[in-house]
Amino acid sequence: MKSSVIVFPGSNCDRDIAVALEKMQFKNQMVWHKETKLPKSDLIVVPGGFSYGDYLRSGAIAGKSLIIDEVIKSAKSGCLVLGICNGFQILTETGLLKGTLLRNKNLKFINRDIYIKVLNNSSKFTNKYKKEQILKLNIAHNEGNYFTDSSHLEKLKKENLIAFKYCDEKGNINEYSNPNGSLDNIAGIFNDKKNILGMMPHPERMIDEIISNKDGVNLFSSLLN
Amino acid sequence: MKFSVTVTLKKDVLDPQGKVVQNTLLNMGMNNLKSIRQGKHFEIDVEETDFLTAEKKVDEMCKKLLCNLIIEDYKINKI
Repeated sequence: MKSSVIVFPGSNCDRDIAVALEKMQFKNQMVWHKETKLPKSDLIVVPGGFSYGDYLRSGAIAGKSLIIDEVIKSAKSGCLVLGICNGFQILTETGLLKGTLLRNKNLKFINRDIYIKVLNNSSKFTNKYKKEQILKLNIAHNEGNYFTDSSHLEKLKKENLIAFKYCDEKGNINEYSNPNGSLDNIAGIFNDKKNILGMMPHPERMIDEIISNKDGVNLFSSLLN
Repeated sequence: MKFSVTVTLKKDVLDPQGKVVQNTLLNMGMNNLKSIRQGKHFEIDVEETDFLTAEKKVDEMCKKLLCNLIIEDYKINKI
């Protein structure tokens, strides 16, 4: 399976995701944002970081970069697209995913391990997880507070487009297990066709027992399935 | 032709920064303060002599980049 990781000035999780993809046997290429052509890819990853120093709004400037037109074209023709953290913010700025990521409710940059529950395990990205499986992943963001209008929230629920929700160690989804104030504890969503996933937690940081845990591995092995 | 653009969060979107500024001012004794919403301010110089054309251009800038219409409103003023 071929993957491309888009790199912007200020991306800082691009190397981590490349290591994760290569470990899972993806043939990966790094693609600089000024490129106007994408290599043939089954998966495009928009990585985490602080593209353009989060100027204007997180992801706003990257969302208008040259390569993004190609990402949008590929996404619309069914290519798998994964946006992690800043990547999720960029995907919302392009309109590929609806809603937006507001400043964390407590106004603090949050960098810690959290728990999320897999709500939909029938997608290309999550089929190796069990339904309602609880994962321990890491978050590191200032704007992770997912927000959308009420009709889109209804649609997300009705069409099973919420991929992950923040929960506690036991799986309870409530305001105490919501680190950033996200609407309905949402940590990750799909687009209508479920070929695009945006998520704030970092699965690429959880692929090795020695340094963390392996809860992120199945996201990548799901894609190979 | 010069314009100013003010971008603010929509009414029903939580503005935690505005809230903190508001609470601080209240703590400082500014008791008649009713509410504060924090926003962004842009000053834009457009090379154009016709007002309507220039305003239209600025409006396009707001819609396409300066403002996230899901959560923000904007106001354009000539300066």
